This record gives sequence, C-alpha cells and structure tokens, in this order.
Amino acid sequence: MGNQSTPQTLFEKVWNNHIIRPQTETTPAALYIDLHLVHEVTSPQAFSLLRERGLKVRRPDQTLGTMDHSTPTTPRNDLGIIPVLDMQASAQLDQFTKNCEDFGIPMYSLGTENQGIVHVIGPEQGFTQPGMTIVCGDSHTSTHGAFGALAFGIGTSEVGHVLATQTLLQYKPKTMAVRVNGTLADGVVAKDIILAVIAKIGVGGGTGHVFEYMGSAIRNLSMEGRMTICNMSIEGGARAGMVAPDETTFEWVNGRPYAPQGADFDKAVEFWRTLPSDEGAQFDAEVVLNADELIPMITYGTNPGMGMPIDGRVPDPDKQATVSERMAMDKALTYMGLQPNEPLLGKKVDVVFLGSCTNSRISDLRLAAKMMDGQKVADDVRMMVVPGSQQVKKQAEQEGLDEIFKAAGAEWREAGCSMCIAMNGDQLAPGQYAVSTSNRNFEGRQGKGGRTFLASPLTAAATAINGHITDPRTLYVPEMA
Amino acid sequence: MEPINKISGKIAPLPMNDVDTDQIIPARFLKTTNKDGLGQQCFFDWRYTADGGLREDFILNQPEYQDASVLIAGNNFGCGSSREHAPWALQGMGWKAVVSTEFADIFRNNSLKNGLIPIIVDDETHRQLMSLAEEDPTTEVSINLEDQQLILPDGRKVEFPIDGFSKYCLLNGVDQLGYLMGLEDEIVEYEGSHDKRVVTTA
Repeated sequence: MGNQSTPQTLFEKVWNNHIIRPQTETTPAALYIDLHLVHEVTSPQAFSLLRERGLKVRRPDQTLGTMDHSTPTTPRNDLGIIPVLDMQASAQLDQFTKNCEDFGIPMYSLGTENQGIVHVIGPEQGFTQPGMTIVCGDSHTSTHGAFGALAFGIGTSEVGHVLATQTLLQYKPKTMAVRVNGTLADGVVAKDIILAVIAKIGVGGGTGHVFEYMGSAIRNLSMEGRMTICNMSIEGGARAGMVAPDETTFEWVNGRPYAPQGADFDKAVEFWRTLPSDEGAQFDAEVVLNADELIPMITYGTNPGMGMPIDGRVPDPDKQATVSERMAMDKALTYMGLQPNEPLLGKKVDVVFLGSCTNSRISDLRLAAKMMDGQKVADDVRMMVVPGSQQVKKQAEQEGLDEIFKAAGAEWREAGCSMCIAMNGDQLAPGQYAVSTSNRNFEGRQGKGGRTFLASPLTAAATAINGHITDPRTLYVPEMA
Repeated sequence: MEPINKISGKIAPLPMNDVDTDQIIPARFLKTTNKDGLGQQCFFDWRYTADGGLREDFILNQPEYQDASVLIAGNNFGCGSSREHAPWALQGMGWKAVVSTEFADIFRNNSLKNGLIPIIVDDETHRQLMSLAEEDPTTEVSINLEDQQLILPDGRKVEFPIDGFSKYCLLNGVDQLGYLMGLEDEIVEYEGSHDKRVVTTA
C-alpha cells in the first residue's frame, strides 16, 4: 500500500499539513502555526527576548492578544472602566498593552467588547477553525481541538519562538482514541464525561499523546460540550485533544466575524470534510467509556484524576494498590479534610464558582440559570458567576440570565479566568470548600488552603441552591435538556 | 545559556506523585514580568507557614538538604499548567536536575529549554535513589549529559533518554530560536504555498 492510501488520523492530517521541515533522528519537526494566542501572564518574558535580540513578531496578523488571567472581575466604575487595584497586576497589564502595541499585535483590552478568556474568545470570534494549528502559553489551549484543530499549550520560550518565526519545534506525539458511545441520561453533561475519562486513566494517563474523542456520545454533543471535553485533555496528561469536525462544527463556525464568509466558507467546508480520521486509521492507544452508565461526576481529591460518581464514597487510601498511591490519597484527603468512605452528597460548601475556560460559555450559563430560575442560593453560600467573555456576558444579559442569577443571590461578574486560577483576588479563604466548574482542584489552586470539588454547571447550580453537594438529577426538569 | 555537560550534586527526596506546577510555583506569583525572585517562591505553600516561617513538615526544609541540587521527585512531576515559571523557580531554588519515572510533557519541554535536566529512570533505580536520598542526605550523584548517564554512588551508570536536539543545545549552550531563525527560506516557502487560515488584523 502506497503512502497516499495509508489511512490517517485527524491528528496526522493536521500535523502533516503543517510540516515545514520533517522530524529526523537528530531534530524535531518544525511545525507552522496558524494562530498564536497571547495573554498577559505567560508572554512578558518572551517579548523581552525579542527586544534583547532585536527581533520582530513575524506574523502579527496571525497573533491575537487578550487580557484574562490577572484581570479583576469586579464591577465597572461610573466611567464604565473596570479598575485594577492590584499594582502588580496593573503593571503586568500595562506591559502587555505596550508589548502588543510595540509589536503590532491586535489585542482585546480589559472590559472592551470582545475581551475574555483566551479559549472562549478564539472560537467565539471565529478565529478557531478546523484543521488549524493553534498555540498559546496556556495548557488549556487544548480547548480549540473541539473544532478539529491541533491546539496545545506551550511554555514562554516557545511563545518567543512562535512570535519570532510562527514556527515551533515538536516531536510527533502518539495518538489515543477516546471512544464514548451511548447516550447521556438527563442531568449528565459533557463535564461528567471528561471527569470520568480522567478518573479512569489518571492525570498522567495521556502523557505523550494527543487524544481524539469519538463515538456517538461525542457526536451528539454541542460545540460547547466538545470544548469542555477537549479543554480538560491536559488534565489527563495529553497536551491536545481533538474532535473531528462535522455539521455541528460547520454550523457553529458559520457567520462568526473572523470565519471565512460566503463562497470562501463553502470552500473551507469542503476542505474541513477531508479532515476526519480515515476508516482503518491506527491509534497508539485506546480508552473506551459507556455514556449510558454515566452519572454526574465529582472530584474528592487534589488532582482531577481523583474523581468519582457523585453518589459514591471517598475511597480508602488503605485499599490502594501501591504505597505511592496510598500516600498520595492520604495526603489529598488530609488536605481536603475528608474521611475515607465518606459520602460527598450532603457535604456543606462555602462557595460555588460557575466559570472558567471549561464551563463559562453561554450554554453553561443557560443550563445553570434554568435550574436556578426562581430559586435562591442557600444562606452562607457565596456563588460567583463569571462569564467567559464580554460577548457571553452581553448575550446572557440579553436573555435575562443575569437577572435569574442575581435574583437568586449569586454574584454576576465581569469576564475573565477569575477563581479558576485565583490570581486576581477572586479566591477561596483557607479551609473553605467550593464546588467549581473549573478544571483544577490542585492544592491552593483556588486560593491558599482552599478546597475544590470539580463538577458540572448543573451540579454547581444544584449545590448552590441546597448549600451542600447535590446530585443535579434530583432538581432536574426536562426543560433543561 | 551556559553550556552544560557534567553535573554533580547531593540528592534530596520529594516522595510524592503528580506534583503539579501550582505547587512548584503558585499562580499568585505569576504577576511578574521577569524571572527574578521565583526561587524564593518555589514550593511556597509547602515551604512556609502563614506567618512566613519554615514549615518543619516539608522535607526539603530539612537542614541537611539545603545544599542539594538534584531533586528525586515522584512520578508525573510537573503536571498541570504550561507556566515556564516552574523550571525558572526550581532553578532559582538551586535545582540543576530532577529525576523521576515520568514528567509531564510541557514541563519537560520547558525544563530542557532552560537547562534544568529532566532525568527519567526506571522504577527500580528510582526507588533506590529515593531511599538513598531519605536515608543519607550526603549522597551525591553525577550526571554526564554527553553520555546520557546518571552515575550512582556505587558507581553504577544508568542511561537516561534525552532527544538529540535538546542535548545538542544544552551541550553547546545555544537555544532553539537560532535554529528556527535558520529555517527562514522554508517558512517563506510554506507561507507562499498555503492560504492563510485566519487574519487577526482584519
């Protein structure tokens, strides 16, 4: 069989399309990057490198900046400006503005109409398209793989490389098929799928691999659901996760400001249809999950792999197979203040966070709002709702979702990463428990000493209403579908 | 970057798996625009009490490990975020190499670009090193990058993998950007033969 007819995976097609110089025994492949997203936190040292060497940004027209990580989500002042009170954050944002201006990079400044979390705005504006290579100095760049793009996080040195050359040196990763067949039950959503996948393979299970999510349960997801899943690929150790583009993808991209328009769009779709993995394409590894058996998931520990069905009991460290697993679980349960065999249902929480690049899109907010319509956030619970972008915020306000959240007693905030990474003052106090729709429950991730349970927007909403960890199926009504 | 070939140093244990980059350098310290001072903030929440004192329960705070430079870490070290501040912070704290059974991909890439050597060894060697580090803090190992060998106190030489390109860059003290800049002709050719997928400045 000739090379032409060897069946290829989606990943291989996108990879091969972007090779500038092939991988050899002594050198990695040089890969062309179609879109480089930059934000204030992981780029300053890269711009310094460019200045030191007297280099320009090669393709400012394929680079986009946004402010998201260290930005406050507190209300605007009388002038309509979101004040930045943290001096260090303010200096970092000013430096970012200067860097983008000096190097000619378009940038969405804090509070402007298209600003938001980098992984929300890329798709939203139509920058993210099937078949592209997309990088950003942020591990959740895997989100964009939902469109059939090869998208992954890079370090700051690599940010410098891409700024200067639009090219990146990479060794070809392996591929892992993640097959999810079956139908999700009411109250079970994309977040539950990915938490179940990571619980199954562990936080290092995908190291060295690119995931391709496939199967009927993935096909039936909305683009937002697919983004939620691809977003957390990195929590399973995979730098990238991809979903083959289909009609759902094309429909979502069509008409977005930076997507191809008219005849160009039709031509693009023709190309995009060639991208899905060929029949018989080989993967280096495979993991299979049955969506029929899935119930809402929640994490109990201090990494995203420490997850379980919401009606389960916290595992017993003594029953783990190896010494290191026992030690890790012991340490996690001590930090979390949990006992072995304890159920999590009914566990009182202090904070509920609805937001992050995992779950801050309009469909996430709609889902939570439907559950919270006419309800109240429990006494002593703080609920923060942080839309992923200014556009999501605007859309939600047009639909009246903000009124539902506010009437329930939740905080309706400005767009940004917020308490997912807790750099901007939005954080847990030591010892506080939170149910969070974000992606990481690492020690201190949401504030020093804070304790995070990761879950879906539905579980977050149900928990906010009851004030304790709640199975969302108990509050689910068919209108939420 | 200074060329690196041979490293010798005392070892120190960090016997836990899946140490994520939020532990190595908490996100609140990422509001910097340079690389200064990150060493003091490395493992900050494990190292210091709320009032700034040293936490006695953190193994790397023990006096006998203060001049160690080779960290024996658990499996899947450096998982989580892409922050290159993690290797910067580890280097700032004095680490020259980290030994584990596996590293997270982005952390490994970032470390290699900064001259922090990630050394992958088999389970048995790892167990041996972890025990040595815990039992005898004066234990020294040496690393020969050219030969890709980790040399244990008993003289045993353990080979470790490193890609040829990173090794070349480290041995010669050059970074990868120079190589990429040398691809100009190929980049121009690629750009000339492929339609631009997106224009952010439109």
